[in-house]
Amino acid sequence: MSLSRVEVEKVALLSRLRLSDAELDTITADLAKIVGYVDQLAEVSTEGVEPMAHAIEITNVFRDDSSSESLPREEALANAPHHDTRGYLVPAVLGE
Amino acid sequence: MSETYTTIIGLEVHVQLATDSKLFCGCSTRFGAEPNTQTCPVCIGMPGTLPVMNRRAFELALRTAVALDCEIPAFTKWDRKQYYYPDLPKNYQISQYDLPMSQHGHLDIRDPKGAFATKRVRILRAHLEEDAGKSLHDEVAGKGDSLIDLNRTGTPLLEIVTEPDLRSPLEAKTFLSELKLLLTYIGVSDCNMQEGSLRVDANINLHIPASSTDPPRPGCPSDQGKHTIATPIVEIKNMNSFRAVERALEYEAGRLWHEWQETHRKLGEVPKLTRGWDDVAGVTRGQRSKEESSDYRYFPDPDLAPVTVSPAEVELVRGSLGELPAALRARLQDGFALSSYDADVLINQGQAVVVYFLEVAESAGDAKAAANWVTQDVLRVLKETNTTLDSLGLPAARLAELIRQIKLGDVPGPRAREVFQAMIERRVDVAAALESLGIAAVDESELIALASKLLAANPKTISDVRAGKAQAVGALIGQAKKQNPNIDPTRFREICLQLIETAL
Amino acid sequence: MPFFEQSAAEHLRNLETGEVSSVDLTRSYLDRIAALDARVGAFLRVDSEGALRQAAEVDAKRAQRRPVGPLGGLPVAVKDILCERGQPTTCASRILENFRPPYDATVISRLRAADAVLIGRTNLDEFAMGGSTESSAFQVTRNPWDLERTPGGSSGGSAAAVAAGFAPLAIGTDTGGSIRQPAGLCGVVGMKPTYGRVSRYGVVAYASSLDQVGPFGQSVEDVAMLLEAIAGHDPRDATSLNEPVPAYTKEVGLPLANLRVGWVREHFGQGLDADVEAAVRAALGVYESLGATLHEISLPHAKYAVATYYVIAPSEASSNLARYDGVHFGHRTNEKEMLAELAADRKQLETACDRQGLDRLDSALVRMYRRSRSEGFGPEVKRRIMLGTYALSAGYYDAYYLKALKVRRLIRQDFDRAFGQVDLIAGPITPAPAIKIGELAGDPLAMYLLDIYTVSANLAGLPGLCLPCGRSAAGLPIGLQLLAPPLAEARLLRGARMYEQATTWNTTHPEL
Ligand SMILES: [Zn+2]
Repeated sequence: MSLSRVEVEKVALLSRLRLSDAELDTITADLAKIVGYVDQLAEVSTEGVEPMAHAIEITNVFRDDSSSESLPREEALANAPHHDTRGYLVPAVLGE
Repeated sequence: MSETYTTIIGLEVHVQLATDSKLFCGCSTRFGAEPNTQTCPVCIGMPGTLPVMNRRAFELALRTAVALDCEIPAFTKWDRKQYYYPDLPKNYQISQYDLPMSQHGHLDIRDPKGAFATKRVRILRAHLEEDAGKSLHDEVAGKGDSLIDLNRTGTPLLEIVTEPDLRSPLEAKTFLSELKLLLTYIGVSDCNMQEGSLRVDANINLHIPASSTDPPRPGCPSDQGKHTIATPIVEIKNMNSFRAVERALEYEAGRLWHEWQETHRKLGEVPKLTRGWDDVAGVTRGQRSKEESSDYRYFPDPDLAPVTVSPAEVELVRGSLGELPAALRARLQDGFALSSYDADVLINQGQAVVVYFLEVAESAGDAKAAANWVTQDVLRVLKETNTTLDSLGLPAARLAELIRQIKLGDVPGPRAREVFQAMIERRVDVAAALESLGIAAVDESELIALASKLLAANPKTISDVRAGKAQAVGALIGQAKKQNPNIDPTRFREICLQLIETAL
Repeated sequence: MPFFEQSAAEHLRNLETGEVSSVDLTRSYLDRIAALDARVGAFLRVDSEGALRQAAEVDAKRAQRRPVGPLGGLPVAVKDILCERGQPTTCASRILENFRPPYDATVISRLRAADAVLIGRTNLDEFAMGGSTESSAFQVTRNPWDLERTPGGSSGGSAAAVAAGFAPLAIGTDTGGSIRQPAGLCGVVGMKPTYGRVSRYGVVAYASSLDQVGPFGQSVEDVAMLLEAIAGHDPRDATSLNEPVPAYTKEVGLPLANLRVGWVREHFGQGLDADVEAAVRAALGVYESLGATLHEISLPHAKYAVATYYVIAPSEASSNLARYDGVHFGHRTNEKEMLAELAADRKQLETACDRQGLDRLDSALVRMYRRSRSEGFGPEVKRRIMLGTYALSAGYYDAYYLKALKVRRLIRQDFDRAFGQVDLIAGPITPAPAIKIGELAGDPLAMYLLDIYTVSANLAGLPGLCLPCGRSAAGLPIGLQLLAPPLAEARLLRGARMYEQATTWNTTHPEL
């Protein structure tokens, strides 16, 4: 199937990427080619086959409900590009 | 107006499960800490970190699902729900999509005042997921930055979704009360709305009888053969109390009716809208929703193993639940002749108080008195001293003994509370409490002697009573109490009146 | 024999007898890196000071006769995708250029506990996405055998470091062949353990259901030693396997009796380089000469492995990389510029009375996300994020993502059947020896197709190992891939060691 540029722009927004016109051209062509290749999966008969989301399928892995030390706040915030002493700062999210 | 349309309501309730640590990391779930002091690399979503599921959270979720009579599938898994928001540090929420841990349950609701018939509200599904953090807006600064606090990020939530079975705002409110009663009773959540441990979103629309002016749309299969028309569905958010839920739904039903009359827009003709409740203004307001935001791109979380639950495990949970509030309420009303109100007061206090009450009631042989003592005095002391039944120092058997002795007259009624207090303070039985207070039961002959003596000294009282003023005896009761504080004033009054009458 | 041609096992013996100190050994490697890595570009950072300090500590332990860990004093190079407390961990991406994790990856903790000397951080394809190490945001890594060629990838820095004699041991990660393929192209031994054998905690995720950490070394024995040190259950990784770790170092020397070696009919088809095919067929002959029996087997869904992989891996990647948004860590765009741009865009639309345009205008927050991510990620990462987002998006999920998960199971079932007949599967690791730098730039699909022999093991969760088995006419290394059933690492290592002992491919080294 072929990908339209409008579709690729929608995917870029979903991916929170901003692509220049030139990048959009390239990536539209690349994706079309890759998706075209991947389309061969359609020819495989998978009726009654359970999807396999994990490489090794194990179940019921839990930890006990015991609370442990949290990070000191300065250390938690140390990697944030924009923060004050109390928390992370972002452009106002009101009305988002 | 109510004959002109039916209100259709479904609820989505998020309940914070009562764990010590978060769903996928060891950070504390305590409420009210300074921003960003309860976070770690895992709940900040730092690169390379991995979630490991809290066993207790799953157990509490399972307990709730079983209590709601849900089907528990043998296999359940975790999915990522993807959307970008700064209080969601991984930009996906670990939740459950197509294989939730429970589905198809129900909860029965009823109105003690009979405003609606007892009804069964179906639960579509209940699933486990992680909470997001909080965005704090500086309202004063207005435009500036928002502060992100991740303390709440990763707190375990159970999302309970009902079918659209509720037909009025009152039913919705009653459902929430009954759900809260159940969840607090089985100990899975404190359901504190102020602290956000119970949150409600409501979906509402109207079904309007089709009239000649609104024939079924040709070619629209959903309209054919139907006698009602559905209006678009609106989701309401930001309701901070059960009362607010009721008010918001009342408001929205009216608004939808008004809108229908103006626009005649039907379900499916406009996208689902979200409106926020403004409790002060008493109105709902439209919220902007982005078209693309609904593509959550759910897929199985590769970092978490699925969970299998056997029928035997489900039965084990069912067995551990004991009697649930609805059955218990029926038993307290029918078997113990308690009012619906008294029954709910007891159940609201949780399983420990109910068990205590049952023991007292059975042992004392007087359910009404037991209910009074437990709901009034015992709960008052627990609250005042901020303690639990275990550490109260008043075993059920002792309270039952007190009730029995009051009935037998061995404990003077007016001093019963003092005795009760002494039993708790000194951690002693009735006899020891009486002794410590110097209370001796006054027997009948002493009461008669005292009454005769006082009547003899107060002939005016006798004549007043004979003239029809029975309340004149009251003056004698005061004098009698001064002479012997242990007398039972009711009995004393009866004796006085009897003596006056027999002396005729 | 020069020190850098000696195996880790030999170094360890010398360290234990006191013939050499860890400080001296570490300094020798550091000097060699300083002298020659400018030509190879294997390392993003070398921690001379830290490495010498750790080496001195191990020497002191030995001097005081205190217990010393199994890697006591051996330098180990680590792919720059494993978090190390307080140290930069960049994933060769601009977006994490300044990131310093406040925690250690479990593998890093285990290396420390084993008394390894962490000598430096190696280059990789950005976020491990690539097969040539060319997508690193910081530098190109060259193949020590031919500096015009790539070392393969994504763990190209680790493979090149071992091949160039910059470190006796190295750690890599393998999501679709990222350890085995560069090992093959650089003529060293590399191994991807069973999924879940080694903890992923602290390993920056590319595709979580496929990622696995593994060892590089000059010999199978060295790889066994490093694997034994890092393997084992980790309660912080819910996908980690709670199974005992065999003593690989003790077992590796034991030959396998009655070994049944399978070769896959579908592996020897069109597109396989003649030199590679000849070398692999010769290797099969070596096994026969060692008493093994050869069996032709079929993996009917093998031809769909690349398509399956390039749906599942980018899908998971698109989700795993969503967290790089400039809020909690990582690169953030210049906000002043961003806000000025927003104001200008709005003004322009207002002047034009473009109401639709105004409605569609990204808010400050969305704009911040999009600018930060676009500035921080390179083209290959963007391509895979886009591909994965597309495969998971409404309307395409069933046709791509879900379909790929089903084909994945068929691929796994092919292997289950095959391992009913054979003990090990042997075959080529790549269709051809190392490509030239820039050779496939601009043709991502052609690059992806080179993964045809490696991705199946990741999809099926199997352990795989690659060791040198020949040289092309141009003198480039050719690798032999061995695959085993889940948790059969000991069998895999023993089978590889049998071959290694019967040949001399690992005794020649590139001239630098
Ligand atoms: Zn945490």
